[in-house]
Amino acid sequence: MSLPHFAVTAEPLSVERLAADLEAVSRYRGEGCGAVCTFIGVVRATHQGRKVTHLEYEAFSPLAVKAFQRIADEIAAEWPFATVAIHHRIGRLQVGDASVVIAAAAAHRAEAFHVCRYAIERVKQIAPVWKHEFFEDGDAWVEGAATDIHDDAARQRARQTACA
Amino acid sequence: MRVTVQLFARLREVAGRSDLECQVAAGATVRDVWVAVAAEHPALAPFGGSVSCARNEDFARMDTLVDEGDGIAFLPPVSGGAR
Repeated sequence: MSLPHFAVTAEPLSVERLAADLEAVSRYRGEGCGAVCTFIGVVRATHQGRKVTHLEYEAFSPLAVKAFQRIADEIAAEWPFATVAIHHRIGRLQVGDASVVIAAAAAHRAEAFHVCRYAIERVKQIAPVWKHEFFEDGDAWVEGAATDIHDDAARQRARQTACA
Repeated sequence: MRVTVQLFARLREVAGRSDLECQVAAGATVRDVWVAVAAEHPALAPFGGSVSCARNEDFARMDTLVDEGDGIAFLPPVSGGAR
């Protein structure tokens, strides 16, 4: 049974399932699927030198799914036969847990790598997901940039990073 | 007009609540909703320059017009994290 390509879930993530699903759906599109590139975002043990005890991820789930879909639309415009899937986890996560998984399928490996990197850069820029870090001696919200989906300069930076 | 408001993450923490209702005048924008919310919760005021917003579960701008019964969400800066 096919997975949704864009999801926010409290359940543990599986990049393998996502990759297998993407290969199946892209097998007969365009030139077919010659490469699947995957990314796993992992909860790291330290943040700016402080020891992390656990994280809490929060999302505006319906909007996050729309953000992931928007990223997919951007990808489709630039890499027409590539496909991407993005799953983000929310709730309490331990060090070493996967917080986000991305799979990108394409006919050739260059596109697959580019699409995968582009997707995670854009998730970090525009997805309404917030990370609350807990340390032995306190807690802090990790804050980044404002979520401006119309910020084309940000999108260009993501593209340049992905294709570097 | 009556709208419902959701606050996320740090905004929720600062305001002490995640859901509220707000009255705004006809022709109001999302910015006007923020002003009303910040008036009731002054601790939110410093965030006015960095919040993003959504209207009915879709991305919006602060100058987007609102309608009776709209669901508005205010979003603090997202957790981009390090590279």
